[in-house]
Amino acid sequence: MQNFIDAYSWINLRFLLEGMWVTIYVSAISVVLSFIIGAVLGLIRYMKIKYLSAVIGLIIDIIRNLPLLLIIFFMYFGLPSTFGIRLNTVTAAIVALTVFESAMLAEIIRGGIQSISGGQMEAARSNGLTYLQAMWYIILPQAFRNMVPPIVSQFVSLVKDSSLATIILLPELMYHSQIIYGQNTNYMIPMFVAMAFLYFVVCFLLSQLSKALARRLN
Amino acid sequence: MISILVGHWSELIEGMKYTIASSLLALVGSLILGVIFAMFVISPNKSLNVIGKIYVEIFRNIPLLVIAMFFYIVMPRIFPGLDGFKAGTIGLTIYTSAFIAETVRAGIESVPVGQMEAARSNGMAYLQAMRYIVLPQAIKIVVPSLGNQFVNLVKNSSVLAFLAGFDLMYQGNLIASTTFKTTDTYLAVGLLYLVMTMPLSYFMRYLEKRWSKTPTV
Repeated sequence: MQNFIDAYSWINLRFLLEGMWVTIYVSAISVVLSFIIGAVLGLIRYMKIKYLSAVIGLIIDIIRNLPLLLIIFFMYFGLPSTFGIRLNTVTAAIVALTVFESAMLAEIIRGGIQSISGGQMEAARSNGLTYLQAMWYIILPQAFRNMVPPIVSQFVSLVKDSSLATIILLPELMYHSQIIYGQNTNYMIPMFVAMAFLYFVVCFLLSQLSKALARRLN
Repeated sequence: MISILVGHWSELIEGMKYTIASSLLALVGSLILGVIFAMFVISPNKSLNVIGKIYVEIFRNIPLLVIAMFFYIVMPRIFPGLDGFKAGTIGLTIYTSAFIAETVRAGIESVPVGQMEAARSNGMAYLQAMRYIVLPQAIKIVVPSLGNQFVNLVKNSSVLAFLAGFDLMYQGNLIASTTFKTTDTYLAVGLLYLVMTMPLSYFMRYLEKRWSKTPTV
């Protein structure tokens, strides 16, 4: 019990919260970037442009079937050795998470667009809108509503997955708690409890938000 | 990349064996746990219901790495025999079981309530109705997403690299750090992961398409 009281000193808690802040902002930046990239890729895959859509589809499938950890290693250790591009930990983590997540979101966005019935497009076209206009003003706004809950769920995955970036020493929640119990092994269990609790709170609230949004939209 | 594949073939295959073993063990374990907790969540019994929901929510919302590390660092104090492979596989099992419980629950709830009622009013017990009427219908919805969970398991089993679990990612790191050919090594490792995951995820997509065409009811 004393271990818990000592472990949760203000300095340690502040250190954990700093880690959590890095977790959240790295995930948030990645989800925003992935949404933009994923929207472009998803749209291209949906539009069935000759060759281009097939190639992008294949790239998306390849990334979706690779472990995120491998992508993180590749960005941090692979890029500098072969291409001479050295990214700092935060950038490498954001790039790796964005690459991985863009592929996930591209599929969600494509699914969202496909769920809008073909009649909408035909009606818009017969009212004189061009294909891109119909897409932008009619299809995408409706599709976007369907996509919001799964995108929030992907944000939850990102918050959890960003813990893998401990391996490149990204100063996020997992890494910070490892530093604390690395200095005093008595703090190990309290740190695991605190870390699990903090991840749980963020992810649980976000997944409840996703569920509530899904319910409201239906 | 070819030189790494050829020169370090035996280590890479050894790593793949561990990756597949861990994923298969975790799949079996998480199927059992997942079905049990899905039954808890939908059961009419209040306390089972609460236990099921708490289990699912906790383990869905904590990173796999935290769960696996817990079994690797904290649990060996109580169970000294827990090495990286075992700890990682237990972590994978628990993490995945929460997702499988959700999948199974959604599958069961997609079967109209009338089916259960009709079976019960024909004299079947709750478990009989579940076993003979509801579950066979739910399976068509559940199987493709279970397949995708297995793909996720193969990918997620790379956390074993954190725990010295001798999996493909771990072997890849060893090769990368001894040969200094990091890009080539990671490309080779990636290729081997794709060999395991791609065929399965394309097959599941095919199943999903085929089964969604034939009406279930």
